[in-house]
Amino acid sequence: MNLLEVKNVSKIYGNLKALDDVSFNVKKGEWVAIMGPSGSGKSTVMNIIGGMDTASEGTVILDGVDITKEKDKNLTNIRRDKIGLIFQQFHLINYLTAVENVMVAQYYHSMPDEKEALAALERVGLKERARHLPAQLSGGEQQRCCIARALINYPALILADEPTGNLDEANEKKVLEIFKQLHDEGATLIVVTHDIEVAEQAQRTIVLEHGRLAKIVENEAFGDSGANAPEEEGYAAKGGLGQYGKPKRR
Amino acid sequence: MNKRKMYLRMITSSLMRRRSRMIIALLAVAIGATIFFGLATIYIDIPQQMGQEFRSYGANMIFLPSEDGESISDETADKLKGSIPENDLVGMTPFRYENVRINELPFMAAGTDFEQVKKTAPYWYITGNTPSGEGEVLVGKDLADTVGAGEGSEIFIKIETGNDKMEEFTFTVAGILQTGGNEEEYVFMSVADMERISGTKEGYDVFECSIRQSAQELKALSDKIGSENPGVTPRLVKRVAESEGTVLTKLQALVLLVTIVVLGLTMVTVATTMMAVVVERRKEIGLKKALGASNGSITGDFLGEGFFLGLFGGGIGIGLGFLFAHAVSLNVFSRTVFFHPVLIPITLGISAGVTILACLIPVRRATDVDPALVLKGE
Repeated sequence: MNLLEVKNVSKIYGNLKALDDVSFNVKKGEWVAIMGPSGSGKSTVMNIIGGMDTASEGTVILDGVDITKEKDKNLTNIRRDKIGLIFQQFHLINYLTAVENVMVAQYYHSMPDEKEALAALERVGLKERARHLPAQLSGGEQQRCCIARALINYPALILADEPTGNLDEANEKKVLEIFKQLHDEGATLIVVTHDIEVAEQAQRTIVLEHGRLAKIVENEAFGDSGANAPEEEGYAAKGGLGQYGKPKRR
Repeated sequence: MNKRKMYLRMITSSLMRRRSRMIIALLAVAIGATIFFGLATIYIDIPQQMGQEFRSYGANMIFLPSEDGESISDETADKLKGSIPENDLVGMTPFRYENVRINELPFMAAGTDFEQVKKTAPYWYITGNTPSGEGEVLVGKDLADTVGAGEGSEIFIKIETGNDKMEEFTFTVAGILQTGGNEEEYVFMSVADMERISGTKEGYDVFECSIRQSAQELKALSDKIGSENPGVTPRLVKRVAESEGTVLTKLQALVLLVTIVVLGLTMVTVATTMMAVVVERRKEIGLKKALGASNGSITGDFLGEGFFLGLFGGGIGIGLGFLFAHAVSLNVFSRTVFFHPVLIPITLGISAGVTILACLIPVRRATDVDPALVLKGE
């Protein structure tokens, strides 16, 4: 079952086509990488999938909802309810501690729960640093905090934009290990990267060039894409991080 | 933790952990609140403070007998005194006038109560002493120059006694009076001396009162006393009573104007600072929107910060404002001011209100931030 369907999507800025008739699907529980050189349209497609930009043409159906037809307010709700965002530059709020940064996502989603936020930080190995401000955390720690924030509301889709772009090798491994665990638990991941080693961790790699879909590469190590993710029982349906129990709708 | 607690935690964290950024806005609010609280305190105290000042310009109400040839008795005087609120009555001075001759020249002598004169006519400038015993007079400067009297000298006052004969009495000049007015042509003695030399106790020709009330209150009091005492005609000394009202009104209007200007400037400063804060926090705003914050939530976050900024600044302003008002009052009026508790909630409310108003324009810009910019890392 497809969680995401991108159909003939184009994005046009004046005379420039940032995206040109791009189509692909992402199944529930699938880990997909989007690769391409600078200016290939990676970020544009991420923004459109994430409901932060609109397509000029085509449709994007996320979890059964055509988000290209939704208004700004509904897009905000869709981002809040269905998407977890991970950024290259972490984007933590600098005056809030790590645990408070995680709770901010809960706050806008439903109800803040400090215990749950601490558990999410423990999951990414940051429990001891929960009361530290972002400026007191290393880059790797900030990224793990960002991941904990993205996961806290059990999103249907995790969108990560160059999540290891600002990390050293050791921290890159830690982040990829967390992604693997999430994938094993049924999370649906789309990771934008220019790092071939990161892309190779995904089941499929969608390669963009000049705004067009150049090719889709299956990672043989995984076999058929999405094979490890039961269609009827994805990450969100399972309650995200399994050890934390069922997802709460507050 | 409920949403309200998290909201407060976010706002207080933003204010406390970013205090170097917010200090300018806080200072602007605090200065505005200081000026507001100080001027409001002065505004409330002005009538009292200036009223005290105006009392030094002399009587603002006089009582005259209703008919020529009549006088005001001690009993009536007591009744009049009882009609005036005790706390408002600064002084009530009796005057009894008689024609006298000094060195065969005609002059006017007045019997009065010198203790009350000090209260109703503090502007009297006396060289020497105020008469304190029998046989002492205070001589107006013009009269003293005419008859050649000086401090400590003796003068001889002739007065028509009850049997139509002129009788001469010797007085010692205790002091020379300068007022710049008609009083310099008079000779003043105690009421007892006047009764002694005239041989009669006829009552008083006029009472001069200094009352700590506004022009409107004085008018009402005058009407009341007039209706309750048919034998007495109260009259307001308009040049004092009305000019007092005019000056007070203008002074209060000036204070009000300055307060409004200061609040306006505070609003501009806070708005400018908050505008800079919004620009500085575009990424944070974009991030919050990316996380699913509605425009209403973003607005709530900033207005909440504005509200607390207003409260903190207002709190500081109350303390500093009172010191400011105290210093102004001491230097200008040489008196202390009263602390008016009612101004506390007003100052806090206005500080918070002005800050929230000042935040509205920057907040509108904040809600226009495109969250995609955050993802792009721009």
